[in-house]
Amino acid sequence: MLQIKGLTASVEGKPILRGIDLTVPTGEVHAIMGPNGSGKSTLSYVLAGRDGYEVTGGTVTFDGRDLLAMAPEERAAAGLFLAFQYPVELPGVGNANFLRTALNALHRARGEAELDAVQFLKLARAEAKRLSMPDDMLKRNVNVGFSGGEKKRNEVLQMAILRPRLAILDETDSGLDIDALRIVAEGVNALRGPQNSALVITHYQRLLEHIVPDRVHVLAGGRIVRSGGPDLARALEEGGYAAVVADAA
Amino acid sequence: MNAVTQLQPAWLRDGAAAFVARYEGLRDRLPGDAAARDAGAAAFRARGLPGVRDEAWHYTSLRPLVETRFAEPLTPVADCAALMTRLPQIDAPRLVFVDGRFRDDLSVVPSGASVRVGGPAYGALAQPGREPLVALNTMLAEDGAAIEVAAGADAGTLLLASVGIGGSPDRPVAFHPRHALNLGDSARLTLIEVAIGEGAYLHNPVFEITVGAAATLTHLRLQDESRAAFHISTLYADVAQRGSYDSFALTLGARLARLEVHARLAGRGATAHLNAVQLLGGTQHGDFTTVVTHDAPSCISRQTVKNVLTGRARGVFQGKIEVARDAQKTDGYQMNQALLLSTEAEVDSKPQLEIYADDVKCSHGATVGELDAEQLFYLRSRGIAEADARAMLVRAFLADALDPIAHEAGRVVLESAVAQWWERQAA
Repeated sequence: MLQIKGLTASVEGKPILRGIDLTVPTGEVHAIMGPNGSGKSTLSYVLAGRDGYEVTGGTVTFDGRDLLAMAPEERAAAGLFLAFQYPVELPGVGNANFLRTALNALHRARGEAELDAVQFLKLARAEAKRLSMPDDMLKRNVNVGFSGGEKKRNEVLQMAILRPRLAILDETDSGLDIDALRIVAEGVNALRGPQNSALVITHYQRLLEHIVPDRVHVLAGGRIVRSGGPDLARALEEGGYAAVVADAA
Repeated sequence: MNAVTQLQPAWLRDGAAAFVARYEGLRDRLPGDAAARDAGAAAFRARGLPGVRDEAWHYTSLRPLVETRFAEPLTPVADCAALMTRLPQIDAPRLVFVDGRFRDDLSVVPSGASVRVGGPAYGALAQPGREPLVALNTMLAEDGAAIEVAAGADAGTLLLASVGIGGSPDRPVAFHPRHALNLGDSARLTLIEVAIGEGAYLHNPVFEITVGAAATLTHLRLQDESRAAFHISTLYADVAQRGSYDSFALTLGARLARLEVHARLAGRGATAHLNAVQLLGGTQHGDFTTVVTHDAPSCISRQTVKNVLTGRARGVFQGKIEVARDAQKTDGYQMNQALLLSTEAEVDSKPQLEIYADDVKCSHGATVGELDAEQLFYLRSRGIAEADARAMLVRAFLADALDPIAHEAGRVVLESAVAQWWERQAA
């Protein structure tokens, strides 16, 4: 589904990604772990198409299409979703209106029928309930006045409603208590299936106890320095990044 | 020529002289109170037209207007059926003026209010000696509506529409309607005022409004004039004790526009809301100028003013709050925010507080910004196309000015005008 080859990228002229090679096959969940400053968030923003992240080399294909040539909204329409590490507040934009506009934009781009307000609310309420979110989170402005945990849950709610083919979770676990962590994990696990993939970016192994990945990759210094099975995450937790990174060097 | 106009540049004097000549030619044929008209003419002769050296007009140059020579509207006026379809389709009585003249055939007179037309409705509030364009209106006003709502009556919703039909580009017309509204004690009315048109013209209305004790006027205004038009309007509202003047004004149209509001809180516990949105593009110039006078204790004034500017548009907000010595427990609030969607757009903001009482709460603030790149990316990352994402953020920027409008039909009219404006910009 996702193929990254020799990807290099800079932010404000400073090289951050120094040659990433990564393949996420359809139906698999991969985790990317790494110390702070290793380029984890940069990778997620490059994949989502954020301005200011300059790709200097390499290729990324998504279902065989050149992902890097697509606008952010085209990537979303193709089935890519980024759960933000720092979800953005949108004062004056109601959460339900935002979600319905997004969902209908995706439907339109795919030539599917749009949902009216009643159909949408029914869907949104059911998903919110599944994520143990109070209904009033749909009425409030997007992320405005939300706690850190509520913001992360709102990301997962968006993911549940938009049903991406590839979900990228950028440190969605940071700042969550154990209950919220479980809810986030359930949201990701609910999307797992033979047609869906996920890339879970995290600093800690904790989340991976709930979302068991098919593969784990260690990112350090803008490169993937090691890849392995779920055991690798546990080894990292016990031995720390220093040993793994030093080993690879 | 007198001491004031002597110091003015020749183009300004010549422009004023052309209006005076028109008055002299028409004087005997114009209807209504000749004494009021002549007093207006005397004030206009003394002051002339304002230039940017006049403090109140520092940010708005009338030069393109002053250098235009206007003719009288044609009689009978050209067919305006196509324009009429642009008026809001709301189920309410309507008073329609075409080129400043009342059109009985296009109007539906309200049952809950009495209306007199056929001449200028001069009131007691206007200050032709202080406001030159009000002097001009007083001198040349031909028609207008005098609306009365009896004490205790709920007059529902009334539409007051101005349709401007300019002549050919080399024959622009000018009209100066003069309206008055008296709302009796405890009376209620929602007035939806709309100005539309095509071609080149000057629309220079003056409106004098008195709101009685415990009466409520909701005044929703949409200025969507022809892009070749000049729109200079001045409104006076006096609000008695516990009365409320609750207004929202949306400015979209005209090449050069000014909306000037003088609201006086005259009785204890009176309230005024002067919310406004200006959406301007191209080389449009829009000026929203307010003077709120707290003349009685325990009155509340609120102003939320938003400018959204694209192209080389220029937006102006001048907001003055005056608090008289006796107006203790005054609660005044003013917020002016601008969103600049291009690097060449410009906004000027001039808040002014003049406070002579000691126990008051007055605050004001101003912000200028661009669309937030992070918010835009967030929306796009969810699949929302860039143009739609921008529209959502602009609408969000307007939320605290638009959302408080409680009148459902009125809000729909204004919301759809905002949406159409945005579609025109995006096209």
